[in-house]
Amino acid sequence: MMTDTAELYQSLIVERSKAPRYAGRPDVFDVQGHGENAMCGDEVQVFVQRGGEVRHEAHGCAILAASADLMAQAVAGKTPAQVAEMRAAFEDVVGTGKENPVLGDLNALAGVAEYRSRIRCATLPWAALGEALGEGQVNG
Amino acid sequence: MSAVVQVPVFDLAGIRKDFPILTQQVHGKKLVFLDSAASAQKPRAVIDAMVHVMEAQYANVHRGLHWMSERTSDAYEAVRDKVAGFLNAAVREEIVFTRNATESINLVAYTYGRTVLKPGDAIVVSEMEHHANLVPWQMLRDAHGVELRIAKITDAGEIDWESLEEKFADGKVKLLAVTHMSNVLGSYTPAERLAAFAHARGAKILLDGSQAVVHRAVDVQAIDADFYVFSGHKLYGPTGIGVLYAKREILDAMPPFLGGGDMIESVSYERSTWAKPPHRFEAGTPAIIETIGLGAAIDYVQAIGFDAIAAHERALTEHGLKVLAGIEGLRVLGSAQDRGGVISFTMKDAHPHDIATLLDRQGIAVRAGQHCAEPLMGRLGVTATARASFALYTTPEEIDALGAGLLRIKQIFQ
Repeated sequence: MMTDTAELYQSLIVERSKAPRYAGRPDVFDVQGHGENAMCGDEVQVFVQRGGEVRHEAHGCAILAASADLMAQAVAGKTPAQVAEMRAAFEDVVGTGKENPVLGDLNALAGVAEYRSRIRCATLPWAALGEALGEGQVNG
Repeated sequence: MSAVVQVPVFDLAGIRKDFPILTQQVHGKKLVFLDSAASAQKPRAVIDAMVHVMEAQYANVHRGLHWMSERTSDAYEAVRDKVAGFLNAAVREEIVFTRNATESINLVAYTYGRTVLKPGDAIVVSEMEHHANLVPWQMLRDAHGVELRIAKITDAGEIDWESLEEKFADGKVKLLAVTHMSNVLGSYTPAERLAAFAHARGAKILLDGSQAVVHRAVDVQAIDADFYVFSGHKLYGPTGIGVLYAKREILDAMPPFLGGGDMIESVSYERSTWAKPPHRFEAGTPAIIETIGLGAAIDYVQAIGFDAIAAHERALTEHGLKVLAGIEGLRVLGSAQDRGGVISFTMKDAHPHDIATLLDRQGIAVRAGQHCAEPLMGRLGVTATARASFALYTTPEEIDALGAGLLRIKQIFQ
């Protein structure tokens, strides 16, 4: 039983949800984006600093919090075009459950593919980042 | 024979055999279904009754002059008698079939609300209403100029009578619309006392019985309810069939809701006249198969009996509260004196959605989220909760499985 649960909630997800490395609103940032899941009320703020460093404030489940933190780690220093590409690749991973070697730690979230209602938790930070980078309004 | 105290007979193992779905597995684990408050599973008797209609006795109702139509009409209308008996309505014409409790409340808001209620009148609901008993009144307020007031609940999850008094103080309140059992906190509201309170102040009362009818016998005459609504699918019946009970004189004075076939007396190109209740409120071909399924569901629960069902569920609820109280960091929301088998909780270490997903991996189905009661979440100071709800087929062992599952989740997040 523990194996099953551990498969979905890999230790990386639990770790990053409990002790995020990129959490907190920075004093100075260039742009911000917001994502909200209307179904559960979970929300996330994403802040992009000069140089492409990303920070987040996630209020919600472990999937959301871990996804936000792993995203911030993955996109550091990337251009908006690269971020958009990563987002598409990530959405494919959580949509299909098939890992993508290019995405590294982000693959920890591949298991949510089995839970249609939870995919949104994983993709919400990316939608918020997309909003911050000017990809248009994102709806919960 | 002298009167003897009847110990309710409750054959749990036999009852579980009546529900085919309970033998299903989820993720290779035995299904533990603790989400019956959202929608209950169906006994074989309901499934068979619906299949029988389609296989052996089906035609449209109230129309045909042929044998099939007449038999189907009889079967359909017989359910009206069953529901009238189930709620102890004075007459069968007080039972209107709808799609669900939501539609029943919308029907009242749209017809009674726009005619009997006048701009400037006020409606009171409580803080612990399902969206179904809040949003239709907000829509009525915006369309018709009535005022909507929200009466507080206590932290225990009970009606705050002081707040209720205050909402009624200026004499403008003409309708109290309130749940008979909270779908989040499991609290029963004292329906008879609320009805007497409303009536003494010149208001009618509507009770949302969606949860309550499943667990206890309801007597609308004893309550003196003006309106009482419920859905079939929570009562072990099918989806797509609900009930509106309203006192006959109230229904008589209400204009139709939807227009079409079945709800008219006569129609010309210029104008139409309305059928008498209940048909006035049942436009179009009704949910014939589902209605007959509801009839079978009512037969099913009545054969077991609400004394036995209530005793079983009381024991389950006590056990559930005890199991959950043993989990450190777990908070049960609400502590009403009179509560049923619906328990919402949060855990210090895990978000409700993580709880639900991780329990699902173990075959345990609970609900997580806002339970169609978003404002109540704010009132309780949470964004969401996990909710375990019990039914007549729930076993104490399933509640133990829930407890064990929650302890595992706690370990994962520690």
